Amino acid sequence: MSTVLQTTDLTKEFSQVLAVDRLNLRLEKGSITALLGGNGAGKTTTLSMLLGLLKPSSGMIELFGENFIDNRFSVLGRMNFSSPYVDLPQRLTVRQNLSVYGRLYGVKNVSRRIDELVAEFRLGDLLDRRLRRLSSGQKTRVSLAKSMINRPEFLLLDEPTASLDPETTGWIRDLLDQYRKESGATILFASHDMREVELLCDDVLLLSQGKLVEKGSPRELLSKYDHQTLEEVFLQVSKQGGEE
Amino acid sequence: MSEGSPFGRISALLLRYVYLLRSSWPRIIEIAYWPTMQMIIWGFVSQHFATASPELTAGGILISVVLVWDSLFRSHISYTLSFLEEMWSRNLGNLFVSPLRPWELIGALASISMMRTLIGMVPAALLAIPFFGVSVFDMGLPLLAFFLNLVFTGWAISQFVTGILIRYGLGAESLTWVLPFLIAPFSCIYYPLKTLPEWMQSVAAFIPTSYVFEGMRALLIPEEGEDQGVFRADLLWQAFGLNLIYFTLGLGAFFLAFNAARKHGLLLQSGE
Repeated sequence: MSTVLQTTDLTKEFSQVLAVDRLNLRLEKGSITALLGGNGAGKTTTLSMLLGLLKPSSGMIELFGENFIDNRFSVLGRMNFSSPYVDLPQRLTVRQNLSVYGRLYGVKNVSRRIDELVAEFRLGDLLDRRLRRLSSGQKTRVSLAKSMINRPEFLLLDEPTASLDPETTGWIRDLLDQYRKESGATILFASHDMREVELLCDDVLLLSQGKLVEKGSPRELLSKYDHQTLEEVFLQVSKQGGEE
Repeated sequence: MSEGSPFGRISALLLRYVYLLRSSWPRIIEIAYWPTMQMIIWGFVSQHFATASPELTAGGILISVVLVWDSLFRSHISYTLSFLEEMWSRNLGNLFVSPLRPWELIGALASISMMRTLIGMVPAALLAIPFFGVSVFDMGLPLLAFFLNLVFTGWAISQFVTGILIRYGLGAESLTWVLPFLIAPFSCIYYPLKTLPEWMQSVAAFIPTSYVFEGMRALLIPEEGEDQGVFRADLLWQAFGLNLIYFTLGLGAFFLAFNAARKHGLLLQSGE
């Protein structure tokens, strides 16, 4: 397996507050990894640095073998992102949004790609509706479709199934898993849904106060902490992290 | 996976602004509405002055300067409002994680600004012909030079404003409307430069628009004893030189603000 992402002592400090503290990550091609942590653990800060939206205070990010901090534009076209906290233009229709982002990412034959995404994300009835007329769950599906427009090799998702009903959450989970299997894409996502993490992820990274406090597959973590659910593991590790 | 070309990315973003424009017919009407209203009001003022003080309205100067000044305001507003649209819709995060370079965003904003400025100005300029018998097009090529210089000034101001918006967020939104008027008194739009007190003339020497309007007066109002005005290329070049300096400084301010926003994590939060 080849390494897609490697961070070395990645650190971000905001006016003397250490948001991320010497983070060392390594993600292999084709893996699905969950980034877990409580509020203020450093998940969003980490994702922002991995997307080039935030400049690290120190440390290295290597993506697809390139120095991402100095040369992010050479790899941004191979990545994509979705978050419920970042919106797409609300006055544009779903089709127009996908069309604009398809062109931004240099997708060849955008119309055909939109047709594929419409089928995958069941957007047929929504295609010519403006985003502001959609429910939050529908917007989440559109945002996920946008994140797949360029068939990314590295997909970063912030709470990908937020606002989705259990049935839709299930098929989105299957869709991500299928996409990973078919394309060999690497997926990193932040989530609070432990059930989703257990079902989907190969690996889990637990952050607490900006530090990586635990990592391993869901099975390894359950066994190590002798718990039945990841939620119990998460609570125990977070508690230990807070006490240190 | 291809990341596309700069032209492809600029046209993608331009398409986004065209979709936005097309999505609301009141927006399209509004673009042409204000320049047309200005032209009508100043046209009647001009007609009134034509009988009271003919020297004030010679060569259709009053209507011409109103229209040309509005091109600065329109170009700036069109540029900055398109940028604000990204902040209002909380879309900057999506844009800046795409392969879009900041200079390509500037290229797209300038393109839509030019498009919207022309949509606003051309109908007003055409309507001035039947309404008041004034055609700015009679100026010929110098009109293009005056127009482009003012659009350039508008974009220079926009660089500073968008830089401030990126750095300080929507709290600085009102600067969009305020900043162009800061240079208006020194621009000598409706009066010659010599009208200003000496200290203001010294300031006006650093304002590119003052050269444009002096140039327009030289072209449209003949000197005593002359039949025709003269085209002062020197004034246009001075305006262009100053515009180049301010635009470069504006770009510097924008990129400084962009880097500061990346350092402080403001790009993901913009719009909140």
